[in-house]
Amino acid sequence: MARKQPNLESDFVRQVKKFFLSAFVVITFIAYFLHERNINVAASPLNTATVPGAVNNPTNATTTNAPTDPNAATATTNPASAPTASAASQATGYKNGTFTGPVANAYYGNVQVQVVIQNGKIVNVQFLDYPHDRRTSQMINNQAMPWLTQEAIQAQSANVNIISGATLTSEAFANSLQSALSSASN
Amino acid sequence: MGMPVTIEVVDSGVTTHNLDSVFAYFEYVDRKFSTYKTDSEISLINRQEISLEQSSEDMQAIFALAEKTRLETEGFFNIDRDGRYDPSGIVKGWAIYTAVEILRQAGFENYYVDAGGDIQVSGKNTQGQDWCVGIQNPFNPKEIVKVLSLRNCGIATSGTYVRGQHIYNPRNNHQPVTGIVSLTVIGPDIYEADRFATAAFAMGHAGIFFMEELAGFEAYMIDPNGLATFTSGFERYVRND
Repeated sequence: MARKQPNLESDFVRQVKKFFLSAFVVITFIAYFLHERNINVAASPLNTATVPGAVNNPTNATTTNAPTDPNAATATTNPASAPTASAASQATGYKNGTFTGPVANAYYGNVQVQVVIQNGKIVNVQFLDYPHDRRTSQMINNQAMPWLTQEAIQAQSANVNIISGATLTSEAFANSLQSALSSASN
Repeated sequence: MGMPVTIEVVDSGVTTHNLDSVFAYFEYVDRKFSTYKTDSEISLINRQEISLEQSSEDMQAIFALAEKTRLETEGFFNIDRDGRYDPSGIVKGWAIYTAVEILRQAGFENYYVDAGGDIQVSGKNTQGQDWCVGIQNPFNPKEIVKVLSLRNCGIATSGTYVRGQHIYNPRNNHQPVTGIVSLTVIGPDIYEADRFATAAFAMGHAGIFFMEELAGFEAYMIDPNGLATFTSGFERYVRND
């Protein structure tokens, strides 16, 4: 079938231009993407957020090289005594060390967080400042990572089959609830 | 070891002979591994009257498992107490695990074996439900502070609240651990739960972080003020009736 082919040359040129323009856009995008991916840890918030002069916290300051003081029962865990269960790796890309975030307004009050990285993993997080004029069900204090929930222990009604406790001497066992349970079930 | 052992088998057909063979096994373990018995094999080793190479297969197995655990816990589990060996922190879980095998091979499916507060549960209780386990109150042995529903797993509690009982930190010149009074570990079986409960307790407060990072285990730690901290998956075992 005969086709009209007006201005074939400019049509072709237009196509080529379109192709190169599209290719340019795509290549630029890919280059940008690769550039962003290659940005290393140095630009991550953990390593750049250091409030000038705010790191001095005598009871809580820890570094990965500080000697341990395991007898200080209330001292925050220092990283040498918080071992990781698996082989160390730098896979996460976090740099080792202690990093302090800026003071941030968390609506209920200010929050400031200090994170300790060891072997490429977060081993401790402390709140240097946190909202403490309201009661929260998850108690945040400087003895536990904020995402491990805490609670005050409470006596429960003893409708159980078995009891787990520290090793009992036979004498202690005789007075224990486990003994009562065992007798009750005979 | 000298600790109370409690066994309950729900399956019909269980005989006193079955239970006696399990108790006899625990007596065997005690005779061999009790550091309180002067003629136990572990005491002979500690007095250097025999070497490890000359000791029994079970003794060598325990030493090998202890070394494996020492490496896996960065030395927080260590049966070597300044040249004197005390493997009780791993023997108990291992013994219960082996005792459970006796019941399993006899064909039973619904039971628990409890030695000194460390327990392996299997199958269902007499009500046909998962075994209901309480965590003892460290401050009052007649109370429990948590109720758990457990299925085919092990639960072990390390603690310092029994009079005269101490757990030492092998990485700190064997000073007694302070800062926590009880650590309960739920693991895939009692051998695993027991060895990690021993190691994690020696870490003190850091122990709960160690357990959080350990896949396949959950834990509940209690401090001297009665404040408990638990791992992020622990609540799925809690029974709130």
